[in-house]
Amino acid sequence: MSVLQVDNVVSGYGSMEVLHDLSLAVGQGEIVAMLGPNGAGKTTLLRTIFGVVPPWSGTITYKGEDISGVPPERLVRMGLAYIPQEYNIFASLTVQENLEMGAFIRDDDIHPRIEEIFELFPDIAERRKSRAGELSGGMRQMLAIGRALMLNPELLLMDEISTGLAPFLVDAIFERVKELNDQGVTILLVEQNAPKALQTSDRVYIIEGGEKKAEGNPEAIAADEEIARLYLGRS
Amino acid sequence: MQIGGLLSYLVSFSIMAAIYGIFSMGLNVQWGYTGLLNFGIAAFFAVGAYTSALVVAPLPTGPSADYVQQAIGLNMPFLVGVAAAAIVSGILALLVGLLTLRLRGSYLAIATIGIAETIRLFFNNEPWLANGSQGLVGLPQPLYGLVPPRYYNYVYLAIVLVFLLLIYFALERGIRSPWGRVLRGIREDEVMVAANGKDVFNFELQSLVVGAMIMGIGGALYAHFRASIQPGLFRPTYGTFIIWTMLTLGGTGNNKGAILGGFVVWAFWSWSSTVLATVAPAGLETRAPFFRYILIGVLLVGVLLVRPKGLIGEERQVSRF
Amino acid sequence: MVQLALWGVVLGSIIALGSVGLTLIWGITDLFNAAHGDQMTVGAYVTLLVVALIPDVGFLQAAVGPFSFPWAVLIGIIPAIIVSAFLAIAIDRVVYKPLRRMGATSITGFIASIGVAWGLRGLIYVLWGADFHFYASGIRPMVSFLGLRLRTDEVFIVVVAWLATAGTYIFLQNTKMGKALRALSDNADLARVAGINTDRMIVWAWAIAGFLIALAGTLYGIQTQLRAEMGWIFLLPLFAAIILGGQGSITGAAVGGLVLGLAQQMSTAWLRPTYKPAVAFMIMVLALIFRPQGIFGEKESR
Ligand SMILES: Nc1ncnc2c1ncn2[C@@H]1O[C@H](COP(=O)(O)OP(=O)(O)OP(=O)(O)O)[C@@H](O)[C@H]1O
Ligand SMILES: [Mg+2]
Repeated sequence: MSVLQVDNVVSGYGSMEVLHDLSLAVGQGEIVAMLGPNGAGKTTLLRTIFGVVPPWSGTITYKGEDISGVPPERLVRMGLAYIPQEYNIFASLTVQENLEMGAFIRDDDIHPRIEEIFELFPDIAERRKSRAGELSGGMRQMLAIGRALMLNPELLLMDEISTGLAPFLVDAIFERVKELNDQGVTILLVEQNAPKALQTSDRVYIIEGGEKKAEGNPEAIAADEEIARLYLGRS
Repeated sequence: MQIGGLLSYLVSFSIMAAIYGIFSMGLNVQWGYTGLLNFGIAAFFAVGAYTSALVVAPLPTGPSADYVQQAIGLNMPFLVGVAAAAIVSGILALLVGLLTLRLRGSYLAIATIGIAETIRLFFNNEPWLANGSQGLVGLPQPLYGLVPPRYYNYVYLAIVLVFLLLIYFALERGIRSPWGRVLRGIREDEVMVAANGKDVFNFELQSLVVGAMIMGIGGALYAHFRASIQPGLFRPTYGTFIIWTMLTLGGTGNNKGAILGGFVVWAFWSWSSTVLATVAPAGLETRAPFFRYILIGVLLVGVLLVRPKGLIGEERQVSRF
Repeated sequence: MVQLALWGVVLGSIIALGSVGLTLIWGITDLFNAAHGDQMTVGAYVTLLVVALIPDVGFLQAAVGPFSFPWAVLIGIIPAIIVSAFLAIAIDRVVYKPLRRMGATSITGFIASIGVAWGLRGLIYVLWGADFHFYASGIRPMVSFLGLRLRTDEVFIVVVAWLATAGTYIFLQNTKMGKALRALSDNADLARVAGINTDRMIVWAWAIAGFLIALAGTLYGIQTQLRAEMGWIFLLPLFAAIILGGQGSITGAAVGGLVLGLAQQMSTAWLRPTYKPAVAFMIMVLALIFRPQGIFGEKESR
């Protein structure tokens, strides 16, 4: 049974329809990557799943429960977490405060969990009292991931967490993604870096113009010359 | 006599409402069509009023010269005063725009309020210019000898309505022109307009200046109607916020709405005190006029909540090339 | 000169306290609340109402220690704060929340707040008239040291204003709710995504703003006198202070308020006192033009 199921979702902003009847599924323990050109609607899909943008029609189910239009503050209680593409940290708060906000809904002692996150990302541990806005690009992304992990999510939505980072940092980030997945976290990620995504994921969707253009395992997608030429910017 | 009294009241009411309609149309150019948050209407209002007063009135002579100070007094015809009011307000708008138009949203609003209050305080504190806080009285009125004094307001109403209609038709033409299209484009999507190679800042400046010139004319008409002006008349409440209420209520982006808003809000504002004073319980008559603050406040909030586009919303504009 | 600076600190303290709530709301809801000044007036008048109701028995209407105002004022502040906080929440529920729901811009909110300001001022006018009112009619004792003079009341005002401002700062820095309010102010979308109930936080923000503004209004009433326009006239310096300070910055607003108070009072050494407000506006306009993000601007530009 799939953990996340998106069926015939239509969504957009104002009167502009961005997603046209889009469906996809993410199975338990999978890493699923979404690829596609700029403006394809990848971010809009994640925002629709996470209740930031209301779906116009269609259904979204999480572990069999209908979560279409359920607000984020309820979704985080159900075990979902989301790392937005931009502005994914609280720049004026300290590193540690960012993590605390990640566990806002918890009323018990969250300090053990914060220490666990710092163990996972030792670089940001040293900067725990710094304002997050002062961090470098790579550390910001680690912090964004750390914040999303505070509640031990079962399903993690990540939007282009490696964009703009130096190659060694991209490798480090994907290393963490793999580790998380090994620990049982199901992951749906959006990527610009197609090779990296194909290398990391179990399954891939190609999205363009708000529609699903292809799906399959990374090997098949990578081998398909036409897909590569049309959607992955390779000639 | 009753009827005559009511009629003359209606005439002076209409003069004020029409003048406010002119201000409201000036704001409509800036906010309604271009999306500029000018909250310093009072500045252009005051500058228009004072400019025309100083251009049209002669320098004080005789005994009044002892207690009325006035930097200039050109004793020119009324129309020259109105033209000067438009020009000086326009120049002020140019300066204000160059300084502040790069600011966005609420910042522009607050900066313009600050500038308008500073200008008012300047008139208030510099007696050499226009008699300081005492202001100017006995301003000349155009065509005054034409009819017996008690019918003069009919003449003035005609003058104001001529200006109102001239401005209305000029704006209706302007807004349907390619120029008006660019302005509305800026309001909808500045980036898009800039991408089409238009100099957004320049167009915004033009819009601010045109709107301010209209406000300057309104100020001049106001000054010669009252025949006396003091800095206290140009506080933010009467000089700016009430005009925003008028345009919002009438219909932002619609010149007919702007005029309608002027009449409706002014009716509420000026009639509520009269009506309430007669029904207020004994001892509270003196407080009745204050009810209009509550009334206008509720009206403004109510419109925003229930009819955000105003009484008559924006018309679809078809450009004619 | 030093004397002027001292008066500047007194004025600056009240501006600082008044602007803290304003910048909090600005940061969290993006609303420039033009009714903030009139909410301050309401706070001051609720205190007045209670003072008038308290009978002259025992110490109740006797002056507090070396100050001019009676104990009744200190008692009256409490209901004033409560009324003001609930009023702020009620206004948000009735006016601003529906506007947010409709997807209205912050400009629409600003225009609506002008309507709210009118409504509140009208209410004060109708209930109390346009006359001046005082909490106490007695003499106002002075203290002097090193050749400087200050009313005892003013010492009280400065101390209370900074205690409240510092208290708010500490609350926002160190409590879970304070941090969530700052997070919401910093990045509302991410705050939602992180599971913060933004709707409830906005209610708390209004409550805090209402609390602070009632206190500021009462202190201002102690320093000068009460009249229906007091808060409205005070509004522009408050706006100036929060613009100097940068959106949502408590420290910025506090420092901005102090700077403006000092600048206004010290300008009287060269300029007519009636130019005082103009000094505040000019500083604000210059600050806007040269440093639009404020002295302490923290928001990442987007
Ligand atoms: N807040 C918004 N309001 C209106 N339109 C939006 C908004 N956000 C995105 N869009 C539009 O929706 C479409 C899809 O955008 P989306 O951000 O989902 O694309 P994306 O696939 O994530 O692109 P990228 O790779 O650049 O992140 C685009 O045409 C974009 O202009
Ligand atoms: Mg995207």
